[in-house]
Amino acid sequence: MTEVRAEMVANVWQVVASEGDEVADGDTLVILESMKMEIPVLAEAPGTLTKLAVAEGDVVQEGDLIAVIE
Amino acid sequence: MKAEGETGGAPEASRRHSERGIQFESVLVANRGEIARRIIRTVRRMGLRAIAVYSEADAGLPYVGEADEAVPIGPAPAAGSYLDVGGVLGAARRTGAAAIHPGYGFLAESAEFAARVIDAGMTWVGPPPSAIEQMGDKINARNLMEQAGVPVAAGSKEPVADVGAAVAEAARIGYPVMIKAAAGGGGIGMSAAANEAELRAGFETARTRAERFFGSSDILLERCIERARHVEVQILGLNDSRVLALGERDCSVQRRHQKVAEETPSPGVTPELRARMLAAAIRAGEAVGYRGAGTVECLVDTQAQDFVFLEMNTRLQVEHPITEMVTGIDLVEQQLLIAAGGETSFDPTGVTNNGHAVELRVYAEDPRRFLPSPGVITEWSEPSGPGVRVDAGYAAGNEVTPYYDPLLAKLCAHGSCRDEALQRARDAVAAFRISGPKTNLPFHAELLESAEFASGRYDTSVIARLRP
Repeated sequence: MTEVRAEMVANVWQVVASEGDEVADGDTLVILESMKMEIPVLAEAPGTLTKLAVAEGDVVQEGDLIAVIE
Repeated sequence: MKAEGETGGAPEASRRHSERGIQFESVLVANRGEIARRIIRTVRRMGLRAIAVYSEADAGLPYVGEADEAVPIGPAPAAGSYLDVGGVLGAARRTGAAAIHPGYGFLAESAEFAARVIDAGMTWVGPPPSAIEQMGDKINARNLMEQAGVPVAAGSKEPVADVGAAVAEAARIGYPVMIKAAAGGGGIGMSAAANEAELRAGFETARTRAERFFGSSDILLERCIERARHVEVQILGLNDSRVLALGERDCSVQRRHQKVAEETPSPGVTPELRARMLAAAIRAGEAVGYRGAGTVECLVDTQAQDFVFLEMNTRLQVEHPITEMVTGIDLVEQQLLIAAGGETSFDPTGVTNNGHAVELRVYAEDPRRFLPSPGVITEWSEPSGPGVRVDAGYAAGNEVTPYYDPLLAKLCAHGSCRDEALQRARDAVAAFRISGPKTNLPFHAELLESAEFASGRYDTSVIARLRP
Protein backbone atom coordinates (compact mmCIF):
# COMPACT_ATOMS: atom_id res chain seq x y z
CA MET A 1 0.00 0.00 0.00
CA THR A 2 1.29 3.47 -0.91
CA GLU A 3 -0.03 6.64 0.66
CA VAL A 4 0.26 9.83 -1.36
CA ARG A 5 0.45 12.95 0.82
CA ALA A 6 0.47 16.71 0.17
CA GLU A 7 3.92 18.31 0.08
CA MET A 8 2.61 21.76 1.03
CA VAL A 9 -0.41 23.83 1.99
CA ALA A 10 -2.51 24.10 -1.16
CA ASN A 11 -5.97 24.21 -2.66
CA VAL A 12 -7.24 21.20 -4.57
CA TRP A 13 -7.86 22.55 -8.06
CA GLN A 14 -8.66 19.40 -10.05
CA VAL A 15 -9.22 15.76 -9.19
CA VAL A 16 -8.01 13.91 -12.27
CA ALA A 17 -8.27 10.25 -11.21
CA SER A 18 -11.19 8.32 -9.68
CA GLU A 19 -11.36 5.68 -6.97
CA GLY A 20 -10.99 2.24 -8.53
CA ASP A 21 -8.73 3.45 -11.36
CA GLU A 22 -5.69 1.40 -12.28
CA VAL A 23 -2.78 3.86 -12.19
CA ALA A 24 0.81 3.70 -13.35
CA ASP A 25 3.79 5.16 -11.50
CA GLY A 26 3.89 8.87 -12.39
CA ASP A 27 0.22 9.25 -13.41
CA THR A 28 -1.37 12.51 -12.32
CA LEU A 29 -3.98 11.93 -9.58
CA VAL A 30 -4.84 15.44 -8.45
CA ILE A 31 -3.70 18.96 -9.34
CA LEU A 32 -3.09 21.26 -6.41
CA GLU A 33 -2.79 25.03 -6.59
CA SER A 34 -0.55 27.06 -4.34
CA MET A 35 0.89 30.53 -4.86
CA LYS A 36 -0.57 30.83 -8.35
CA MET A 37 1.14 27.62 -9.41
CA GLU A 38 -0.36 24.30 -10.44
CA ILE A 39 1.31 21.34 -8.77
CA PRO A 40 0.42 17.87 -10.08
CA VAL A 41 0.30 15.13 -7.45
CA LEU A 42 1.58 11.93 -9.04
CA ALA A 43 1.08 8.25 -8.28
CA GLU A 44 4.22 7.06 -6.53
CA ALA A 45 3.63 3.39 -7.42
CA PRO A 46 1.52 1.40 -9.87
CA GLY A 47 -1.71 -0.19 -8.59
CA THR A 48 -5.38 0.40 -7.86
CA LEU A 49 -6.50 3.73 -6.48
CA THR A 50 -8.46 2.50 -3.46
CA LYS A 51 -8.99 5.83 -1.76
CA LEU A 52 -9.15 9.45 -2.87
CA ALA A 53 -9.23 11.60 0.24
CA VAL A 54 -9.75 15.05 -1.31
CA ALA A 55 -12.35 16.83 -3.42
CA GLU A 56 -12.04 19.87 -5.68
CA GLY A 57 -11.99 23.06 -3.63
CA ASP A 58 -10.55 21.41 -0.48
CA VAL A 59 -7.62 22.99 1.31
CA VAL A 60 -4.86 20.52 2.21
CA GLN A 61 -2.10 20.98 4.77
CA GLU A 62 1.44 19.66 4.41
CA GLY A 63 1.36 15.92 5.11
CA ASP A 64 -2.40 15.49 4.57
CA LEU A 65 -3.45 12.26 2.90
CA ILE A 66 -4.45 12.67 -0.75
CA ALA A 67 -4.78 9.11 -2.04
CA VAL A 68 -4.05 5.44 -1.30
CA ILE A 69 -2.75 3.07 -3.98
CA GLU A 70 -2.78 -0.70 -3.41
CA MET B 1 13.84 49.21 4.23
CA LYS B 2 16.56 50.90 2.26
CA ALA B 3 15.60 53.30 -0.45
CA GLU B 4 18.69 54.30 -2.37
CA GLY B 5 16.81 55.12 -5.55
CA GLU B 6 14.68 57.72 -3.85
CA THR B 7 15.73 61.27 -3.32
CA GLY B 8 14.42 64.21 -1.36
CA GLY B 9 13.10 64.53 2.19
CA ALA B 10 9.46 64.95 3.13
CA PRO B 11 9.30 68.77 3.56
CA GLU B 12 11.01 69.43 0.24
CA ALA B 13 8.82 66.86 -1.50
CA SER B 14 5.63 68.31 -0.03
CA ARG B 15 6.55 71.79 -1.16
CA ARG B 16 7.40 70.48 -4.58
CA HIS B 17 4.14 68.65 -5.10
CA SER B 18 2.06 71.57 -3.89
CA GLU B 19 3.91 73.89 -6.25
CA ARG B 20 3.20 71.44 -9.05
CA GLY B 21 -0.44 71.35 -8.01
CA ILE B 22 -1.27 67.75 -7.11
CA GLN B 23 -5.06 67.68 -7.18
CA PHE B 24 -5.50 64.86 -4.68
CA GLU B 25 -4.41 64.48 -1.08
CA SER B 26 -5.01 60.77 -0.56
CA VAL B 27 -4.16 57.60 -2.47
CA LEU B 28 -5.70 54.17 -2.00
CA VAL B 29 -3.23 51.42 -2.87
CA ALA B 30 -5.22 48.53 -4.36
CA ASN B 31 -2.59 45.89 -3.76
CA ARG B 32 -0.74 43.93 -1.07
CA GLY B 33 2.71 42.82 0.07
CA GLU B 34 5.95 44.41 -1.00
CA ILE B 35 4.50 46.61 -3.76
CA ALA B 36 1.77 48.07 -1.54
CA ARG B 37 4.44 48.88 1.04
CA ARG B 38 6.76 50.44 -1.53
CA ILE B 39 3.98 52.65 -2.97
CA ILE B 40 2.79 53.68 0.50
CA ARG B 41 6.35 54.82 1.32
CA THR B 42 6.44 57.28 -1.58
CA VAL B 43 2.82 58.43 -1.08
CA ARG B 44 3.61 59.35 2.53
CA ARG B 45 6.97 60.93 1.67
CA MET B 46 5.10 63.24 -0.72
CA GLY B 47 2.89 64.34 2.17
CA LEU B 48 -0.18 62.50 0.88
CA ARG B 49 -2.43 60.18 2.90
CA ALA B 50 -1.89 56.49 2.13
CA ILE B 51 -4.85 54.10 2.37
CA ALA B 52 -4.25 50.35 2.34
CA VAL B 53 -6.72 47.54 1.66
CA TYR B 54 -6.17 44.02 2.95
CA SER B 55 -7.73 40.57 2.79
CA GLU B 56 -8.35 38.43 5.87
CA ALA B 57 -5.04 36.66 5.21
CA ASP B 58 -2.98 39.85 5.11
CA ALA B 59 -4.11 41.80 8.21
CA GLY B 60 -0.73 41.36 9.90
CA LEU B 61 1.56 42.33 7.02
CA PRO B 62 3.83 45.37 7.38
CA TYR B 63 2.14 47.46 4.66
CA VAL B 64 -1.15 47.44 6.58
CA GLY B 65 0.48 48.98 9.63
CA GLU B 66 2.50 51.53 7.66
CA ALA B 67 -0.49 53.08 5.85
CA ASP B 68 -2.29 56.07 7.38
CA GLU B 69 -5.53 54.10 7.16
CA ALA B 70 -6.25 50.46 6.32
CA VAL B 71 -9.53 48.79 5.45
CA PRO B 72 -10.44 45.09 5.16
CA ILE B 73 -11.87 44.16 1.77
CA GLY B 74 -12.76 40.51 2.03
CA PRO B 75 -11.63 36.92 2.32
CA ALA B 76 -8.21 35.50 1.48
CA PRO B 77 -8.93 34.31 -2.09
CA ALA B 78 -8.15 37.27 -4.35
CA ALA B 79 -11.39 36.90 -6.32
CA GLY B 80 -13.31 38.10 -3.25
CA SER B 81 -10.86 40.80 -2.19
CA TYR B 82 -8.05 42.29 -4.33
CA LEU B 83 -9.82 41.39 -7.59
CA ASP B 84 -13.25 42.55 -6.42
CA VAL B 85 -13.81 45.79 -8.36
CA GLY B 86 -16.93 46.75 -6.40
CA GLY B 87 -15.24 46.00 -3.08
CA VAL B 88 -12.15 48.09 -3.86
CA LEU B 89 -14.25 51.01 -5.15
CA GLY B 90 -16.44 50.78 -2.04
CA ALA B 91 -13.35 50.96 0.18
CA ALA B 92 -12.20 54.02 -1.76
CA ARG B 93 -15.57 55.74 -1.29
CA ARG B 94 -15.75 54.94 2.42
CA THR B 95 -12.26 56.30 3.07
CA GLY B 96 -12.65 59.35 0.85
CA ALA B 97 -9.73 58.29 -1.34
CA ALA B 98 -9.05 60.80 -4.11
CA ALA B 99 -6.82 58.52 -6.21
CA ILE B 100 -6.19 54.79 -6.70
CA HIS B 101 -2.78 53.26 -7.39
CA PRO B 102 -3.19 49.64 -8.54
CA GLY B 103 0.43 48.45 -8.20
CA TYR B 104 1.06 45.46 -10.47
CA GLY B 105 -1.04 42.31 -10.98
CA PHE B 106 -4.62 42.08 -9.63
CA LEU B 107 -6.58 44.99 -11.21
CA ALA B 108 -3.59 46.95 -12.54
CA GLU B 109 -4.22 46.00 -16.16
CA SER B 110 -8.02 46.00 -16.07
CA ALA B 111 -9.24 48.70 -18.44
CA GLU B 112 -12.70 48.27 -16.94
CA PHE B 113 -11.44 48.95 -13.42
CA ALA B 114 -9.48 51.99 -14.59
CA ALA B 115 -12.60 53.37 -16.32
CA ARG B 116 -14.73 52.80 -13.23
CA VAL B 117 -12.20 54.60 -11.02
CA ILE B 118 -12.34 57.57 -13.39
CA ASP B 119 -16.16 57.43 -13.64
CA ALA B 120 -16.35 57.51 -9.85
CA GLY B 121 -14.55 60.86 -9.96
CA MET B 122 -11.22 59.60 -8.65
CA THR B 123 -7.76 59.90 -10.18
CA TRP B 124 -6.46 56.71 -11.79
CA VAL B 125 -2.71 56.34 -11.27
CA GLY B 126 -2.02 54.64 -14.55
CA PRO B 127 -2.30 55.04 -18.30
CA PRO B 128 -5.57 55.86 -20.09
CA PRO B 129 -7.98 52.85 -20.11
CA SER B 130 -7.75 52.86 -23.92
CA ALA B 131 -3.99 52.19 -23.75
CA ILE B 132 -4.54 49.34 -21.27
CA GLU B 133 -7.17 47.83 -23.55
CA GLN B 134 -5.09 48.15 -26.72
CA MET B 135 -2.06 46.50 -25.11
CA GLY B 136 -4.06 43.98 -23.02
CA ASP B 137 -5.02 41.95 -26.04
CA LYS B 138 -1.68 40.53 -27.15
CA ILE B 139 -2.84 39.93 -30.72
CA ASN B 140 -4.08 43.49 -31.06
CA ALA B 141 -0.86 44.77 -29.47
CA ARG B 142 1.29 42.84 -31.95
CA ASN B 143 -0.68 44.18 -34.91
CA LEU B 144 -0.56 47.72 -33.54
CA MET B 145 3.19 47.56 -32.93
CA GLU B 146 3.82 46.25 -36.41
CA GLN B 147 1.93 49.26 -37.82
CA ALA B 148 4.00 51.58 -35.60
CA GLY B 149 7.25 50.19 -37.01
CA VAL B 150 8.15 48.11 -33.94
CA PRO B 151 9.51 44.67 -34.97
CA VAL B 152 7.36 41.66 -33.95
CA ALA B 153 8.04 37.89 -34.22
CA ALA B 154 6.19 35.90 -36.87
CA GLY B 155 2.83 34.99 -35.33
CA SER B 156 -0.96 35.13 -35.22
CA LYS B 157 -2.81 38.15 -36.54
CA GLU B 158 -6.11 36.86 -35.06
CA PRO B 159 -7.12 34.33 -32.36
CA VAL B 160 -6.41 30.68 -33.28
CA ALA B 161 -9.85 29.02 -33.36
CA ASP B 162 -9.01 25.36 -32.71
CA VAL B 163 -6.26 22.78 -32.76
CA GLY B 164 -6.58 22.29 -36.52
CA ALA B 165 -6.14 26.00 -37.14
CA ALA B 166 -3.20 25.98 -34.74
CA VAL B 167 -1.43 23.25 -36.70
CA ALA B 168 -1.94 25.17 -39.95
CA GLU B 169 -0.80 28.44 -38.35
CA ALA B 170 2.32 26.80 -36.87
CA ALA B 171 3.23 25.38 -40.28
CA ARG B 172 3.12 28.93 -41.67
CA ILE B 173 5.10 30.45 -38.75
CA GLY B 174 7.60 27.62 -38.39
CA TYR B 175 8.51 25.56 -35.29
CA PRO B 176 9.28 25.97 -32.47
CA VAL B 177 6.25 28.08 -31.51
CA MET B 178 5.03 29.59 -28.26
CA ILE B 179 1.38 28.97 -27.31
CA LYS B 180 0.10 32.05 -25.47
CA ALA B 181 -3.10 33.41 -23.96
CA ALA B 182 -4.16 36.49 -25.94
CA ALA B 183 -5.46 38.12 -22.76
CA GLY B 184 -2.52 36.90 -20.69
CA GLY B 185 0.85 38.19 -19.73
CA GLY B 186 3.76 37.67 -17.42
CA GLY B 187 4.43 34.22 -18.83
CA ILE B 188 1.48 32.58 -17.04
CA GLY B 189 -0.10 29.71 -18.99
CA MET B 190 2.50 29.98 -21.75
CA SER B 191 4.18 26.94 -23.28
CA ALA B 192 6.52 26.07 -26.11
CA ALA B 193 5.90 23.44 -28.81
CA ALA B 194 8.83 22.08 -30.80
CA ASN B 195 6.66 20.11 -33.24
CA GLU B 196 3.08 19.27 -34.22
CA ALA B 197 2.68 16.56 -31.56
CA GLU B 198 3.66 18.99 -28.78
CA LEU B 199 1.36 21.65 -30.23
CA ARG B 200 -1.58 19.23 -30.29
CA ALA B 201 -0.81 18.18 -26.70
CA GLY B 202 -0.38 21.73 -25.41
CA PHE B 203 -3.16 23.59 -27.19
CA GLU B 204 -6.16 22.54 -25.07
CA THR B 205 -4.22 22.94 -21.82
CA ALA B 206 -3.31 26.45 -22.91
CA ARG B 207 -6.98 27.22 -23.65
CA THR B 208 -8.13 25.90 -20.27
CA ARG B 209 -5.52 27.90 -18.41
CA ALA B 210 -6.20 31.04 -20.44
CA GLU B 211 -9.90 30.81 -19.58
CA ARG B 212 -9.16 30.18 -15.93
CA PHE B 213 -6.46 32.79 -15.36
CA PHE B 214 -7.52 35.53 -17.76
CA GLY B 215 -11.23 34.93 -18.46
CA SER B 216 -10.67 34.48 -22.20
CA SER B 217 -9.65 31.32 -23.99
CA ASP B 218 -8.27 33.18 -27.04
CA ILE B 219 -4.89 31.77 -28.03
CA LEU B 220 -2.13 33.10 -30.23
CA LEU B 221 0.95 31.40 -31.61
CA GLU B 222 4.27 33.13 -31.98
CA ARG B 223 7.59 31.99 -33.39
CA CYS B 224 9.80 30.94 -30.48
CA ILE B 225 13.24 32.52 -30.50
CA GLU B 226 15.68 30.10 -28.90
CA ARG B 227 18.67 31.25 -26.87
CA ALA B 228 17.11 34.70 -26.58
CA ARG B 229 17.48 37.28 -23.86
CA HIS B 230 14.42 38.90 -22.35
CA VAL B 231 15.13 42.63 -22.29
CA GLU B 232 12.58 45.34 -21.51
CA VAL B 233 12.55 49.12 -21.72
CA GLN B 234 11.12 51.37 -18.99
CA ILE B 235 9.06 54.16 -20.49
CA LEU B 236 7.39 57.19 -18.96
CA GLY B 237 4.65 59.02 -20.86
CA LEU B 238 4.46 62.71 -19.97
CA ASN B 239 1.41 64.98 -20.01
CA ASP B 240 2.83 66.95 -22.96
CA SER B 241 2.67 63.68 -25.00
CA ARG B 242 6.42 63.08 -24.92
CA VAL B 243 7.47 59.50 -24.12
CA LEU B 244 10.80 58.98 -22.33
CA ALA B 245 12.83 55.76 -22.34
CA LEU B 246 14.72 55.34 -19.04
CA GLY B 247 16.98 52.49 -20.09
CA GLU B 248 16.52 48.73 -20.24
CA ARG B 249 16.40 45.81 -17.82
CA ASP B 250 17.60 42.30 -18.62
CA CYS B 251 15.13 39.75 -17.24
CA SER B 252 16.54 36.58 -18.80
CA VAL B 253 16.92 34.65 -15.54
CA GLN B 254 13.57 32.84 -15.49
CA ARG B 255 12.02 29.63 -14.25
CA ARG B 256 8.71 28.46 -15.78
CA HIS B 257 8.71 31.70 -17.82
CA GLN B 258 8.70 33.71 -14.56
CA LYS B 259 11.44 36.21 -13.77
CA VAL B 260 13.80 35.41 -10.91
CA ALA B 261 16.58 38.00 -11.29
CA GLU B 262 17.03 41.18 -13.33
CA GLU B 263 19.84 43.61 -14.04
CA THR B 264 20.44 46.94 -15.72
CA PRO B 265 22.10 47.69 -18.04
CA SER B 266 21.84 44.42 -19.97
CA PRO B 267 25.26 42.83 -20.47
CA GLY B 268 24.01 41.39 -23.78
CA VAL B 269 22.95 44.61 -25.50
CA THR B 270 25.39 46.78 -27.46
CA PRO B 271 25.01 50.58 -27.43
CA GLU B 272 23.80 50.45 -31.03
CA LEU B 273 21.10 47.84 -30.25
CA ARG B 274 20.12 49.72 -27.08
CA ALA B 275 19.56 52.90 -29.08
CA ARG B 276 17.28 51.05 -31.51
CA MET B 277 15.33 49.36 -28.67
CA LEU B 278 14.79 52.60 -26.76
CA ALA B 279 13.62 54.35 -29.94
CA ALA B 280 11.18 51.48 -30.67
CA ALA B 281 9.85 51.59 -27.09
CA ILE B 282 9.17 55.30 -27.46
CA ARG B 283 7.26 54.62 -30.72
CA ALA B 284 5.29 51.89 -28.92
CA GLY B 285 4.26 54.32 -26.18
CA GLU B 286 3.42 57.08 -28.63
CA ALA B 287 1.25 54.69 -30.69
CA VAL B 288 -1.18 54.28 -27.77
CA GLY B 289 -0.95 57.80 -26.28
CA TYR B 290 0.80 56.44 -23.22
CA ARG B 291 0.85 58.32 -19.89
CA GLY B 292 2.78 57.34 -16.79
CA ALA B 293 5.09 54.37 -16.23
CA GLY B 294 5.03 51.40 -18.59
CA THR B 295 7.33 48.68 -19.82
CA VAL B 296 7.96 47.45 -23.35
CA GLU B 297 9.14 43.84 -23.20
CA CYS B 298 11.28 42.47 -26.03
CA LEU B 299 13.16 39.32 -26.94
CA VAL B 300 16.73 39.88 -28.06
CA ASP B 301 18.51 37.52 -30.41
CA THR B 302 22.06 38.22 -29.26
CA GLN B 303 23.72 36.44 -32.17
CA ALA B 304 21.85 38.54 -34.71
CA GLN B 305 21.89 41.61 -32.38
CA ASP B 306 18.23 42.12 -33.18
CA PHE B 307 14.99 42.22 -31.19
CA VAL B 308 11.22 41.72 -31.41
CA PHE B 309 8.35 43.18 -29.37
CA LEU B 310 6.86 40.75 -26.84
CA GLU B 311 4.27 42.67 -24.87
CA MET B 312 3.72 45.95 -23.12
CA ASN B 313 2.97 46.05 -19.41
CA THR B 314 0.78 49.06 -18.79
CA ARG B 315 1.70 49.55 -15.12
CA LEU B 316 4.56 49.71 -12.67
CA GLN B 317 6.85 46.71 -13.16
CA VAL B 318 7.98 44.41 -10.31
CA GLU B 319 11.64 45.07 -11.16
CA HIS B 320 11.33 48.88 -11.38
CA PRO B 321 13.72 49.46 -8.41
CA ILE B 322 16.86 48.72 -10.44
CA THR B 323 15.93 51.50 -12.88
CA GLU B 324 15.38 53.79 -9.88
CA MET B 325 18.82 52.90 -8.54
CA VAL B 326 20.71 53.76 -11.74
CA THR B 327 18.65 56.87 -12.63
CA GLY B 328 18.01 58.24 -9.11
CA ILE B 329 14.36 58.70 -10.14
CA ASP B 330 11.47 57.57 -7.90
CA LEU B 331 9.12 56.07 -10.50
CA VAL B 332 6.12 55.93 -8.16
CA GLU B 333 6.52 59.67 -7.50
CA GLN B 334 6.50 60.31 -11.26
CA GLN B 335 3.37 58.15 -11.65
CA LEU B 336 1.59 60.24 -9.04
CA LEU B 337 2.78 63.57 -10.47
CA ILE B 338 1.77 62.58 -14.01
CA ALA B 339 -1.61 61.21 -12.85
CA ALA B 340 -2.20 64.59 -11.19
CA GLY B 341 -1.63 66.30 -14.53
CA GLY B 342 1.74 67.69 -13.47
CA GLU B 343 5.32 67.49 -14.57
CA THR B 344 8.02 65.09 -13.47
CA SER B 345 10.25 65.95 -10.51
CA PHE B 346 13.34 65.64 -12.74
CA ASP B 347 14.45 67.30 -15.98
CA PRO B 348 13.21 64.97 -18.76
CA THR B 349 16.10 66.02 -21.01
CA GLY B 350 18.80 65.35 -18.41
CA VAL B 351 18.42 61.70 -17.37
CA THR B 352 21.66 59.74 -16.99
CA ASN B 353 22.00 56.10 -15.96
CA ASN B 354 24.83 55.56 -13.48
CA GLY B 355 26.50 52.29 -12.62
CA HIS B 356 24.88 48.87 -12.55
CA ALA B 357 22.03 47.38 -10.52
CA VAL B 358 20.72 43.86 -9.98
CA GLU B 359 17.47 42.60 -8.43
CA LEU B 360 16.99 39.15 -6.92
CA ARG B 361 13.42 38.04 -6.30
CA VAL B 362 13.27 36.22 -2.99
CA TYR B 363 10.50 33.63 -3.33
CA ALA B 364 8.95 31.30 -0.75
CA GLU B 365 9.93 28.17 -2.65
CA ASP B 366 12.40 25.37 -2.34
CA PRO B 367 15.67 26.23 -4.06
CA ARG B 368 15.98 22.90 -5.93
CA ARG B 369 12.67 22.33 -7.66
CA PHE B 370 11.15 25.80 -7.11
CA LEU B 371 7.96 24.40 -5.57
CA PRO B 372 5.92 26.75 -3.35
CA SER B 373 6.65 26.71 0.36
CA PRO B 374 4.10 28.64 2.40
CA GLY B 375 4.40 28.84 6.19
CA VAL B 376 4.99 31.03 9.22
CA ILE B 377 8.12 33.21 9.18
CA THR B 378 10.01 32.64 12.42
CA GLU B 379 13.10 34.72 11.57
CA TRP B 380 13.48 37.67 9.19
CA SER B 381 16.67 39.73 9.10
CA GLU B 382 17.38 41.95 6.09
CA PRO B 383 20.85 42.81 4.83
CA SER B 384 22.00 46.42 4.61
CA GLY B 385 25.04 48.29 3.40
CA PRO B 386 26.17 50.60 0.59
CA GLY B 387 24.07 50.18 -2.54
CA VAL B 388 21.70 47.64 -0.96
CA ARG B 389 17.92 48.09 -1.12
CA VAL B 390 15.35 45.60 0.16
CA ASP B 391 11.67 45.95 -0.80
CA ALA B 392 10.03 43.42 1.50
CA GLY B 393 6.42 42.41 1.97
CA TYR B 394 6.86 40.38 5.12
CA ALA B 395 8.45 40.41 8.58
CA ALA B 396 9.04 37.89 11.36
CA GLY B 397 5.77 36.44 12.66
CA ASN B 398 3.88 36.84 9.37
CA GLU B 399 2.39 33.84 7.66
CA VAL B 400 3.05 33.26 3.96
CA THR B 401 -0.25 31.87 2.70
CA PRO B 402 -0.92 29.84 -0.47
CA TYR B 403 -3.37 32.42 -1.85
CA TYR B 404 -0.92 34.78 -3.56
CA ASP B 405 2.32 34.73 -5.52
CA PRO B 406 5.45 33.57 -3.67
CA LEU B 407 7.35 36.90 -3.75
CA LEU B 408 8.62 37.68 -0.25
CA ALA B 409 11.05 40.47 -1.03
CA LYS B 410 13.17 42.04 -3.74
CA LEU B 411 16.83 42.25 -2.86
CA CYS B 412 18.55 44.91 -4.98
CA ALA B 413 22.20 45.90 -5.17
CA HIS B 414 23.74 48.87 -6.97
CA GLY B 415 27.41 49.45 -7.73
CA SER B 416 29.59 51.66 -9.90
CA CYS B 417 30.11 48.70 -12.26
CA ARG B 418 28.63 45.20 -12.76
CA ASP B 419 31.33 43.48 -10.71
CA GLU B 420 30.71 45.74 -7.74
CA ALA B 421 26.92 45.32 -7.98
CA LEU B 422 27.25 41.53 -8.12
CA GLN B 423 29.68 41.43 -5.19
CA ARG B 424 27.30 43.56 -3.11
CA ALA B 425 24.48 41.21 -4.12
CA ARG B 426 26.52 38.14 -3.04
CA ASP B 427 27.24 39.70 0.35
CA ALA B 428 23.61 40.72 0.78
CA VAL B 429 22.30 37.24 -0.11
CA ALA B 430 24.66 35.72 2.47
CA ALA B 431 23.44 38.18 5.11
CA PHE B 432 19.69 37.76 4.47
CA ARG B 433 18.18 35.49 7.15
CA ILE B 434 14.73 34.00 6.64
CA SER B 435 13.47 30.98 8.61
CA GLY B 436 10.14 29.19 8.33
CA PRO B 437 9.19 28.85 4.67
CA LYS B 438 11.91 27.56 2.39
CA THR B 439 13.30 30.33 0.19
CA ASN B 440 15.28 30.50 -3.03
CA LEU B 441 18.13 32.47 -1.38
CA PRO B 442 20.47 29.45 -1.79
CA PHE B 443 19.60 29.46 -5.48
CA HIS B 444 20.53 33.14 -5.77
CA ALA B 445 23.89 32.44 -4.12
CA GLU B 446 24.45 29.69 -6.67
CA LEU B 447 23.36 31.90 -9.58
CA LEU B 448 25.72 34.71 -8.56
CA GLU B 449 28.60 32.23 -8.33
CA SER B 450 27.84 30.53 -11.64
CA ALA B 451 30.29 31.13 -14.46
CA GLU B 452 27.48 31.69 -16.95
CA PHE B 453 25.74 34.45 -15.01
CA ALA B 454 29.00 36.05 -13.91
CA SER B 455 30.17 36.21 -17.54
CA GLY B 456 27.05 38.15 -18.53
CA ARG B 457 26.66 35.85 -21.55
CA TYR B 458 23.46 34.09 -20.53
CA ASP B 459 19.97 33.72 -21.98
CA THR B 460 16.49 32.61 -20.84
CA SER B 461 17.68 29.00 -20.50
CA VAL B 462 20.28 29.79 -17.83
CA ILE B 463 18.23 28.22 -15.02
CA ALA B 464 17.50 25.12 -17.11
CA ARG B 465 21.26 24.67 -17.47
CA LEU B 466 21.84 25.19 -13.73
CA ARG B 467 19.06 22.66 -12.95
CA PRO B 468 19.43 19.97 -15.62
